[in-house]
Amino acid sequence: MPTIFIDGEQIEAKEGQTIIEAALEHSINVPHFCWHPSLTVAGNCRMCLVNIGFPSRNPDDVDENGDRKIQYQPKAAIACATPVADGMHVNLTGKKSVEAQEAVMEFLLINHPLDCPICDEAGQCKLQEYAFNHSKGKSRFDEQKNHKDKRVQWGPTIMFDGERCISCSRCIRYADEIAKQPVLTFVQRGDHVTIQTFENTQFDSPYSMNVIELCPVGALTSIDFRFKTRVWEMSFTDSVCPGCSRGCNMQIGVRDNTIVRLEPKTNMEVNEYWMCDYGRLTQYEGVNNNRVVEPMVRKNGSLVAVSWDEAIAEAVKLISGVPSKDISLVASASSTNEDLFALQKFASLLNTSSIEYISNIDPSFGDDFLKQSDKSYNSFGINALQLKAKASTADKFSVKNTPLLITTDDSLSVDAVSGANAIIAFASNKTAIVDKAAVVLPLSTYAEVEGTVTNFQNRVQHIEPAVATVENQRFMGMKQSRWDAMGAHNDRWTQGEKRNSRSGWSILQSLASELGQDWNYKQSEDVFTEIASSNAGFSLMNYAQLDEFQGLIVGASSLPEKKAIVYQSHVMKPN
Amino acid sequence: MANVTKNTEAQRLNFWEKLYLPEIARGLGLTFKAMFKPNMTRQYPEERWEPEGSYRGRPVLVQEEDGERCVACGLCSRVCPALAIEVQAGETDKEKERFPKLFEINMLRCIYCGFCEEVCPEEAIVMSKDYELVFTSPEDAIYGKDKLLIPVAKLQDRLEFLRQYK
Ligand code: SF4
Ligand code: SF4
Ligand code: SF4
Ligand code: SF4
Ligand code: FES
Repeated sequence: MPTIFIDGEQIEAKEGQTIIEAALEHSINVPHFCWHPSLTVAGNCRMCLVNIGFPSRNPDDVDENGDRKIQYQPKAAIACATPVADGMHVNLTGKKSVEAQEAVMEFLLINHPLDCPICDEAGQCKLQEYAFNHSKGKSRFDEQKNHKDKRVQWGPTIMFDGERCISCSRCIRYADEIAKQPVLTFVQRGDHVTIQTFENTQFDSPYSMNVIELCPVGALTSIDFRFKTRVWEMSFTDSVCPGCSRGCNMQIGVRDNTIVRLEPKTNMEVNEYWMCDYGRLTQYEGVNNNRVVEPMVRKNGSLVAVSWDEAIAEAVKLISGVPSKDISLVASASSTNEDLFALQKFASLLNTSSIEYISNIDPSFGDDFLKQSDKSYNSFGINALQLKAKASTADKFSVKNTPLLITTDDSLSVDAVSGANAIIAFASNKTAIVDKAAVVLPLSTYAEVEGTVTNFQNRVQHIEPAVATVENQRFMGMKQSRWDAMGAHNDRWTQGEKRNSRSGWSILQSLASELGQDWNYKQSEDVFTEIASSNAGFSLMNYAQLDEFQGLIVGASSLPEKKAIVYQSHVMKPN
Repeated sequence: MANVTKNTEAQRLNFWEKLYLPEIARGLGLTFKAMFKPNMTRQYPEERWEPEGSYRGRPVLVQEEDGERCVACGLCSRVCPALAIEVQAGETDKEKERFPKLFEINMLRCIYCGFCEEVCPEEAIVMSKDYELVFTSPEDAIYGKDKLLIPVAKLQDRLEFLRQYK
């Protein structure tokens, strides 16, 4: 194992590693634009220039301590393409390296437009960050800047701005190597170089939008997100994409209590650095729009908004009015583990054995990269929890002659439930089933609850609320964006809808307590603690552990090794 | 009790002042003299005061012939210590790409500090000479683009004042 020294700090590197990799493994950041751990090395931005040297071969060439003097190479070398060698000394912060970094920054900024005020990347831009940390702060260039095409559409999702591009080629390499859609290329030369799609092609891979975060500057922007908000006006909450059973880790960006953006978060075990376009474009709609905002009870044929107490009382009246073993329950494959566990407990309280759920398997959705054919958030949780529920499909599902149907899945069709006399619906959105229900209990979405979900690898991952509801408001507090946290009632920006919805386990707990059984859960972690103690597969888990290891596998017999450093190219700071 | 000050009003007065009557006469004399001095009172609102360019009245948006200068970068809204400004950007076909779809200043929050003017990269928000702010409800105090946009010609004094310090 080669031993190298970075600014005097001794590091055990691995054979064949480059300097930048070895440094990153020891939490030393070498400034870089074009290098990315998942892409091939291009070595074209020159930002990672460092001064490299070795101890002198001449035995007389010693310093006052008697150590051999370091002879530095006259020219700086790029850390992203230089392999480590035993005894190598890397000078990262010395005069020569700093001069090199400043020179590279000055060149990069010569033709860079002063676009920060209108650039979506501002606030989380690598170029801004380095201009602050590694540049002189002034330019000697008085001439006219080059002009290139701005606002070129590369495909349905991405807008390219030629002037902002620093020609790092990350996007080109991503398209070739990861998205496997090699349609991007450099054209022209020198300071006229820009990027184009080949004739009659467009960049529309199902994973195209990952280049937006990959691009170190604001040259690639999301057509969906463009100008919706500035990055510092959002709060960012770590979550898990509910689009399919992959469960890609992501960050939810929220402003005005509305989700404005979803972006991937690195988890090397699940989604690496990426997520699919489907996930990020579709999975916020259901949280923002068409929501059930108040508990409702049907009176004289129409639904009227009532208080939670009244709605629960009404539901309990329906439940006590029929023989409980005849009640049918519908679980939802997009519930959290906590909700599913509570539903199982509720079923044993009612003494009914009839739980069904709809599994949503779409073979045309899955592929060999991230997307999984099983599109439900937590169907693997149903198995892992050994929930006694029968799987069904949306077109086959139909209830027969049941006096009361309690469903936690709001996507059921009206035909499927026509055999039910009365329906209690836990619903997030105003779906068809809501129009049929006798009691509607507003259910918080994945973005509003704390809980855990299990992905197709049986990895249990922890999610936290990003959007405030009446129920979680107290816990959200300063976690919200500056606007949401500081606004007063007469500020217009706080007019984002705050729904009176609750998480599934807490609604079930209210019903159970009216039916005479006290569960004593104060927060979702209490439910999870019970899951962990009653279910061998979960025995090693608690929320803190799940956060620390970015999820744990059901049934694993020991905790995995401590994780290596998680590389995020550039993010909003402080996050 | 330590440190008892022996410097009360009564101790400071001299004999004549303590007598009181000569002081009354002196006060009346002052009043009498003021009657012959030039009159400083202004007959507001018939007579109005025109402040200098350095005056910080309510912040306004500069309007050019082809619309506002503002590009909705949101820096003013970020820097505002009172959280008075809300900006929502929209996209235009013009060269600058962005414009404020919504720009609101809550005049009940504004403390006339001028930070928004200082931070603006486009010289698009400036402090005006307008000090006459009247509203009858909290909602009225939220000024939208209709009230904020002022033609650049009317803001020349302030813009010139700002350029002195560039
Ligand atoms: S568009 Fe972005 S990622 Fe692509 S080469 Fe330019 S700077 Fe790099
Ligand atoms: S692959 Fe699945 S989990 Fe990942 S982003 Fe796409 S839909 Fe979401
Ligand atoms: S003058 Fe000060 S308080 Fe008023 S809007 Fe501008 S920054 Fe905010
Ligand atoms: S700082 Fe200037 S350009 Fe930016 S939003 Fe405010 S007024 Fe508009
Ligand atoms: S990161 Fe090494 S040359 Fe770009």
